[in-house]
Amino acid sequence: MSGTFVGMPAFPKAAHEAVRDERLRANLRHATHTIRDKRARAVAELDDWAALREAGKRIKDDTLRHLDTYLLQLEESVTAAGGTVHWAADAAEANRIVTDLVKATGETEVVKVKSMATQEIGLNEHLEAEGVAAYETDLAELIVQLGEDRPSHILVPAIHRNRGEIRDIFRDRMGSWGRPAPDGLSDTPAELAEAARLHLREKFLRAKVGISGANFMVAETGTLVVVESEGNGRMCLTLPETLISVVGIEKVVPTWRDLEVFLQTLPRSSTAERMNPYTSMWTGTTDGDGPSAFHLVLLDNGRTDALADEVGRQALRCIRCSACLNVCPVYERAGGHAYGSVYPGPIGAILTPQLRGTASEVDASLPYASSLCGACYEVCPVAIDIPEVLVHLRERVAEEGGRGHRLERAAIKASTWVLDHPGALTAGERLASAARKALPKRLPGPGARQWTDHRDLPELPAEPFREWWRKNRT
Amino acid sequence: MRVALFVTCVNDAVFPSTGVATVRLLERLGVTVDFPAAQSCCGQPQFNTGYRAETAPLVRRTVRAFEGYDHVVTPSGSCAAMVRHHYPSFGTDAGALAPRVYELTEFLVDVLGVTDVGAYFPHRVTYHPSCHGLRLLGLGERPRRLLEAVKGLELVELPGAEECCGFGGTFAVKNPDVSAAMGADKITNALSTGAEVLCGADNSCLLHVGGMLRRQEAPLRALHLAEILASTEEEPWA
Repeated sequence: MSGTFVGMPAFPKAAHEAVRDERLRANLRHATHTIRDKRARAVAELDDWAALREAGKRIKDDTLRHLDTYLLQLEESVTAAGGTVHWAADAAEANRIVTDLVKATGETEVVKVKSMATQEIGLNEHLEAEGVAAYETDLAELIVQLGEDRPSHILVPAIHRNRGEIRDIFRDRMGSWGRPAPDGLSDTPAELAEAARLHLREKFLRAKVGISGANFMVAETGTLVVVESEGNGRMCLTLPETLISVVGIEKVVPTWRDLEVFLQTLPRSSTAERMNPYTSMWTGTTDGDGPSAFHLVLLDNGRTDALADEVGRQALRCIRCSACLNVCPVYERAGGHAYGSVYPGPIGAILTPQLRGTASEVDASLPYASSLCGACYEVCPVAIDIPEVLVHLRERVAEEGGRGHRLERAAIKASTWVLDHPGALTAGERLASAARKALPKRLPGPGARQWTDHRDLPELPAEPFREWWRKNRT
Repeated sequence: MRVALFVTCVNDAVFPSTGVATVRLLERLGVTVDFPAAQSCCGQPQFNTGYRAETAPLVRRTVRAFEGYDHVVTPSGSCAAMVRHHYPSFGTDAGALAPRVYELTEFLVDVLGVTDVGAYFPHRVTYHPSCHGLRLLGLGERPRRLLEAVKGLELVELPGAEECCGFGGTFAVKNPDVSAAMGADKITNALSTGAEVLCGADNSCLLHVGGMLRRQEAPLRALHLAEILASTEEEPWA
């Protein structure tokens, strides 16, 4: 399996494989149900949850409406605090900026804090091609990197792996990346964590350059914030001489008071904790304390396209908590890889097609990867109406008229015509009822086959309701 | 009280017994039921698949069909949710229908103020709350309260009740494997209750789950809530 998502098949095709993988299904079911239940309990503890959710939504909407103003204020604050701000329009520009900054230090390796933005732009692969080794230091990201795997969850990238698989990856792969796993490594959590600790400690102490993302950027002071559970992020943020942070432009919040809302909703929504174990905040550089050089790369990469879409822009409120993944029945069965993006699950299904467009097969299929059950919207801490955006993106895909959609539009038009002509509808119903005995259990043709592969058709009634009404009530 | 029955296209063509049961139930409760024949489909399948322009004629038809009725009752949470949540985006006239449409259990509990409808149904029943009724309409405890008042009925808890059954309209044919996997889990949960009847308030979900049950020849049948509520000791429902 390659480390990138390029050339992924459409969602239904990828999911076809995933639903048959019994071990994957069991891993995902166990993990998502555990987090889901814990989150529900953590959220129920707060009697002002609804107000926090509404506040988070409004803060994000207000910030997005005046994004230009807050980004310029942020640049000014970061610069005044001793940092340097770079603006990247797309992935290629961001990768080039970061690579040049690393090369200017003369270093050939970097340590990384878990970051969705750098995964989105494929930074590790780009650095590798330029002769720079990037070491992931988040435990789950380490598992993914060592296993030459892809992340399948925003918060828990190795959610598709169980303890036995992780033990095997550590045993077989750690040696080629640095300190090997201890002899006789078992699959107990304590031993696995210790193996990772020993392996990573070597890298933390050696690294001169750290690369991170950020959960939030505070415009008024130029402060960046990373929330995490392991402390490995804090090691990367404080030990190296140079720190480079790559952050999506939608991560800015105006003030520290705004931050207060999200520092309550994010941990409860993501890890079901009242407070996350490590919250690191840094403002530019400080003499004799932490990195002496700080660079902030502000990443657009499709975000302003999403911002221009009145319905779709709410996806930019996302604080990457993963609550929507953990409650999604489709994610639970299909797994994260099927979404063909570093952003899987319901949020990925609305974010990816907006950031990348809908030209590729997988991107065009994502808006349909949902039964519109609404569980995602219910748990979203910034009230993103994911079903609404999914339907909106379906409209966009249908309008673009790609593969199969011209035929679909014709079928939909025909169905509307019949349903809008009661005479034709009644005739059709009579015909179906008359033919009901002759219908086979499995039918050919698009739509019918997919239905009858798994289900019997209903026994059609002797007469439609409107016939009964005509005979009995008129 | 006079109401219009919005039977829905699925019930009209495939589950007329649900429509008949709704009529029988409402009439038993002293309600006069009209069936405006101009009605057809609310447009939900077209709308949810991304065909807004193709939805508009059906919205107009539905709005015209129910002109003049203060109470339009439908035995489908999903179709009621379509009208309530999405019709307002089709203009003022369409928006005006939204607050006049009641899902059956809403009408019974909120408008008529009854939970004991005098029904008799001596079977072990488990209830699946369909997503749109649950999350878009917020039906809450209404269906359960109605079922609990049915004489002879033993209501058993469905594990994972609030999880989607996997129907999702065109989702079932666009993502057949995931849809079937979700349906299979729903069925496993339903069978674990030992119930004879899997009850729901949306026949489109029951079309999917019921179809899977029949394919497996499972000892459990899917049945719309209206048909349970229509059943009495004098006139038991088949």
